[in-house]
Amino acid sequence: MRTLLVLLDKEFRQFVRNAFMPKMVIVFPLLVMLVIPWVATMDVKHVGVSIVDNDHSETSRRIVQKIRSSDYFNLRGVTESYEEAFDWLENEGVDVILTIPKDFELAMAGNSPKRIGIDVNGTNALKGGLGSQYMAQIIRQTFTELQQEQTDVVASDLFTVQNLYNPTFNYQHFMVPALMIILLVLICGFLPGLNLVGEKEFGTIEQINVTPVSRFLFTLAKLIPYWIIGFVVLVIAMLLAWWAYGLTPAGSIGSIFLAALFFILTMSGLGITIANRSSTMQQTMFVMFFFIMIFVLMSGLLTPIESMPAWAQGITCILPPRYFVEVMRSVYLKGASFIELWPQYVALVIFAGLFNTMAALTYKKQS
Amino acid sequence: MNGFLHFVKKETLHILRDRRTMLVVLLMPVVQILLFGFAISTEVNNIDFFAVAPNRTEAVRQQLERMEANPYFTFKGYIDQRRIDYVLRSGQAAAVVVFAENYDQLIEGVAVASLDEAAVQFVLDASNPNNAGTHLVYLQSSFQSAGSVTAMAPAVRVLYNPQMKSSYNFVPGIMGLIFILICAMMTSVSIVREKESGTMEVLLVSPVRPMWIILAKMIPYFLLSCMGLVVILLLAHFVLGVPMSGSIVGLVGLSLLYLLLSLALGLFISTIAHTQVVAIIISGMLLMLPVIMLSGMLFPVENMPGILQVLSCIVPARWYIEAVRKLMIAGLSLSAVWQECCILFAMTVVLVGVALKKFNDKLE
Amino acid sequence: MSDIIISVKDLCKCFGSFTAVDHITFDVERGEIFGFLGANGAGKTTAMRMLCGLSYPTSGSGTVAGFDVMTQGEQIKRHIGYMSQKFSLYDDLTVRENIRLYAGIYGLNRYETLRRTVAVLNRLRFRSEADTLVGSLPLGWKQKLAFSVATLHRPEVVFLDEPTGGVDPVTRRQFWEMIYEAAAGGTTVFVTTHYMDEAEYCSRVSIMVDGKIEALGSPIELKKQYRAESMDEVFRFLARGAKRSG
Repeated sequence: MRTLLVLLDKEFRQFVRNAFMPKMVIVFPLLVMLVIPWVATMDVKHVGVSIVDNDHSETSRRIVQKIRSSDYFNLRGVTESYEEAFDWLENEGVDVILTIPKDFELAMAGNSPKRIGIDVNGTNALKGGLGSQYMAQIIRQTFTELQQEQTDVVASDLFTVQNLYNPTFNYQHFMVPALMIILLVLICGFLPGLNLVGEKEFGTIEQINVTPVSRFLFTLAKLIPYWIIGFVVLVIAMLLAWWAYGLTPAGSIGSIFLAALFFILTMSGLGITIANRSSTMQQTMFVMFFFIMIFVLMSGLLTPIESMPAWAQGITCILPPRYFVEVMRSVYLKGASFIELWPQYVALVIFAGLFNTMAALTYKKQS
Repeated sequence: MNGFLHFVKKETLHILRDRRTMLVVLLMPVVQILLFGFAISTEVNNIDFFAVAPNRTEAVRQQLERMEANPYFTFKGYIDQRRIDYVLRSGQAAAVVVFAENYDQLIEGVAVASLDEAAVQFVLDASNPNNAGTHLVYLQSSFQSAGSVTAMAPAVRVLYNPQMKSSYNFVPGIMGLIFILICAMMTSVSIVREKESGTMEVLLVSPVRPMWIILAKMIPYFLLSCMGLVVILLLAHFVLGVPMSGSIVGLVGLSLLYLLLSLALGLFISTIAHTQVVAIIISGMLLMLPVIMLSGMLFPVENMPGILQVLSCIVPARWYIEAVRKLMIAGLSLSAVWQECCILFAMTVVLVGVALKKFNDKLE
Repeated sequence: MSDIIISVKDLCKCFGSFTAVDHITFDVERGEIFGFLGANGAGKTTAMRMLCGLSYPTSGSGTVAGFDVMTQGEQIKRHIGYMSQKFSLYDDLTVRENIRLYAGIYGLNRYETLRRTVAVLNRLRFRSEADTLVGSLPLGWKQKLAFSVATLHRPEVVFLDEPTGGVDPVTRRQFWEMIYEAAAGGTTVFVTTHYMDEAEYCSRVSIMVDGKIEALGSPIELKKQYRAESMDEVFRFLARGAKRSG
């Protein structure tokens, strides 16, 4: 026990004495939490639109008006020539061209098959896709309004909708818990591994290896500081989420900390395992980077797991962050508790045990 | 010159000896392309839902049967009103469809609905706002009786990327990321490593001029990135079917310019970092994050708040990715990207200048 | 227990097809200063690492402080001190903190730690430098500190791998005084070196050539055996036959 304390004392002194690390632990969460939520939004706004209006009717004017006043669209211009509109699409960032054919209004009254055309620039699939969806919605709305005005009948709504957990559709609230996870993955995955392989490169580990310190103890002394740092980072991030976005966990903070406890251990364990098997920092960094890339892309942080094909969904089952993402989002937004999320907790405990056993086993005092 | 070539050989050997790093560097773009191409999408292709129906009438059953026949929906069963919150919170379903007690009469218009009563209520898990929005559209349209609105539905045509495959979109982003990674990160770390271990001093006292030593360090990484470029382009074309209809020469030229810029960035980082860890953190976290977030790789630049849009202008990857998109996906000619080329070129000149100056200052 | 503290028989270490250490056999008595000589690449460091439990022997047997090098590496570590060729204390800790760290690792209690820290600082005349970062000390000081740390827990054997490489003659002399002091206190010293004048200070020396021990005995015996004036001559005579060294 005393040996562990001595080793921990050493780790903390080295950390604090480092000119860079303590600042990094403060600045990095600030950067991530204050900048990224503004960027990482899937709310598609400012879709560039050009309209080819060959109808010049009440209906077409109404549609143009609606698009002009919508937040979602930036109207580049109304023209009669498709060529001009297409030129805008090619050169001036227009994403959608709306074509209202000649005599459209007349045709509508007569039920003849003239249709409005929406041409989408598919280069940016997200923007094009959602843009055309919004566009179709606006057109449908206009028709309904026109119909209602003509028939003078107030129809009751067939549907009502209740949006639970994030009623304002705030995308930032959806992203912020995920960003906390990215922070923990980066800080708790990279730093302990780099620290360990650094001792290898400087040769200081050799002096430790000839002492009776057991590999479990030494590994533990590397894990605990980053475990504490992880919590500091998490708390900073949670405070920032509260201060900047008004987001507090709907569920209990305890269930977040409990999951974070195991998750941080899992990440540090992975970092140390990789460091044990590498001889240089460059190697550690690249291998770690590879894992982090897969974690960030595949564990449902940025894109939903349900949208993946079955084989990819299978892979996500062995990615520890997947479970932590589920816990964080459920607790933060839905107010879920330990009772509903126990399978995720079990998975995290298993991963923590597995990765840290691996970390201790791959640490070779003897070659 | 002979000395220079020996240095290049030494650096190449360093890289070739480190099999694991090599493997990761070459494997990374492959895995990324495959993931983006086949695994990652934001499309909603399945909605798990429960139903609450006080009266399981014929009309309710028909509606549910119709939804079950639709591949986008998976009906998970009837539940009690009180369990709605539970199934949504535990993530068992994304939506609950609540049929009114007098659903039959309401849809047939027999009973006059009171103002706060609707035939159907959708209770959605809106924690992911995008998905919730799409789910709602799907649910609503599954209830809409056929024939009424479809006649007026607009005809949608998608240009350039007819299947709206998002993978197209990611290829330029992957290129922007990988090259920064290999060039900036690897060069900075390997230069700082030599500083740290003291071998740099040995190199610097050799008769070869310092500038050539640094250049020798960069050349292998430059070649490695070129290999990466070829791999990415081949994969993008043959596996993802990206058309590459624009100017290939322009694309390669642009990429080489970007590689140069990334190398200069790596050199710059190596002059400000004293230890490998710092170099890794600067290039790996502080540099990578803006590249991923601000370059438009994943998130469109136009959506960002004004300040960040301005900030994104100094991220080289932003311009590179934009230009690659135009060349590779939209198939425009080189003349369409002259602006981006100029910006990248200017950035390269400035960065090379600053990095070299800082490097020389260090020596004196 | 007998007076033999290190006993090695037919110890081998192969890396692939390369035999770094080739059937070496020797004994070291308690309290001896045992010089382990050899040209660069002769296999000295590899042999020493096996004795310290840092590396598994390929074949052969040996005991250090009564423990088997094959199976009881961890027990051996409790009874030895080690100072590697490359300085391996923490540059970003102070002198005092480094001493405290290793005192803690070897399980010394607080009082003992404090007592021995003061003793080390006094002996090295380091008191004013106690709170200086080790990284900013000159090399000679670092080496003396590393030796003090390696013997802090009063090990039965201390292994020194080229402890005086790159150190000025005055400091080298001081260093050897420390070695004598330790040996007088009952610690066995196992030391590798390139300096043949240092070999003369040892109670016994072995000379390794190409992974084998070619000569073993006290400096006086060896000089007599090879009819040489100094250890330097003995060494050069033996090293002439070496194939590996450069």
